[in-house]
Amino acid sequence: MSGDLWSYVFVLVAGVLATDVWRWLGVLAGNRLREDSEAMVWVRAVATALVAAVIARLVLNPTGTLAELPAWMRAGAALAGFAVYILSGQRIFFGIGVSVGLIAAALHWL
Amino acid sequence: MPSQMSSPALYWFLQGTRGIASLPALILMASCAGFAALALESGLTRGHAVLMTAGIWALPAQIILTGAMHTGLNIVAAFLAVTFSSIRFMPMLAALVPEMRTERTPLWKLLLISHFVAITSWVFALRYVRDVPREYRLTWFTGFAVPLTAINTVIVAFGYGLLSAFPPILSAVLAFMTPVYFLLSMWGSARDVMTRVSFITGLVLGPAVTPFAPQLDIFYAGIGGGTAVYLADRWRRKRKEARS
Repeated sequence: MSGDLWSYVFVLVAGVLATDVWRWLGVLAGNRLREDSEAMVWVRAVATALVAAVIARLVLNPTGTLAELPAWMRAGAALAGFAVYILSGQRIFFGIGVSVGLIAAALHWL
Repeated sequence: MPSQMSSPALYWFLQGTRGIASLPALILMASCAGFAALALESGLTRGHAVLMTAGIWALPAQIILTGAMHTGLNIVAAFLAVTFSSIRFMPMLAALVPEMRTERTPLWKLLLISHFVAITSWVFALRYVRDVPREYRLTWFTGFAVPLTAINTVIVAFGYGLLSAFPPILSAVLAFMTPVYFLLSMWGSARDVMTRVSFITGLVLGPAVTPFAPQLDIFYAGIGGGTAVYLADRWRRKRKEARS
């Protein structure tokens, strides 16, 4: 893809606008919600499930070199990191270290 | 608080900025360096990568758009693909705004600052916002999120050329840090059982729906799964109330 003007318009419309619109709509919706309302509980559940689905997609359908590893290895590395995170008393550093270490080892030897 | 610091607003802004010297922020910087490598690998220019980082400020959407441009998708299809990954911002912001604003916070301020909300800053905000006095919460968040976006934009701008010499294994490892960090930090920031159940539901339901709706899987898993968990939780709470 060349760096011509059209490609920047493409990024602005299909990327920036397609994302910021949802942030603005969220502000407008949140501005009407009371902090302790029932609607807030629902909104929090949906937001959490949406983010979780995005995370699952990043692990299972990645782009670039990561895609060369089988999906079960990527999922396994992520889950192993999660297990270590929980067992270490929620130390993010250990969890990420294990996940990333496993992926690096898999990429190195496969 | 140092005594010479006269303005509490400045104090809270800088308290937010201090949050940048943290593991989550460092991981995000590494992830952004990974994005710079992906952009180069996919044939995007440095300008594209910088505009996406500052302008979209959401790694999943940036990755999806990069893939769309690489495969030559048309603008409507690319817009839709990004939209479905970014719908999450609506409930994310709706959940955050009631904790951030006061009765006098102008709407334009909230709209402006909303651009800087992404998963990292959202998790950071949910975790610590209640330790900040309400009238300074937006200032505190601005102090964290705006410099964080600026720093990462600079990292992408400079990393773009440098990372071309990186071995692919390193950029792959950097790219894997993003979802793993999100996975762990989301779990850590969950305040109640319902949020954790929603989280697991989204993780399982998303991939389960993919074969049936490859474009809309995130949407269905999020709205459907989140609503189902909410209804179950509501039923549980009502039953508890009726018993006591």
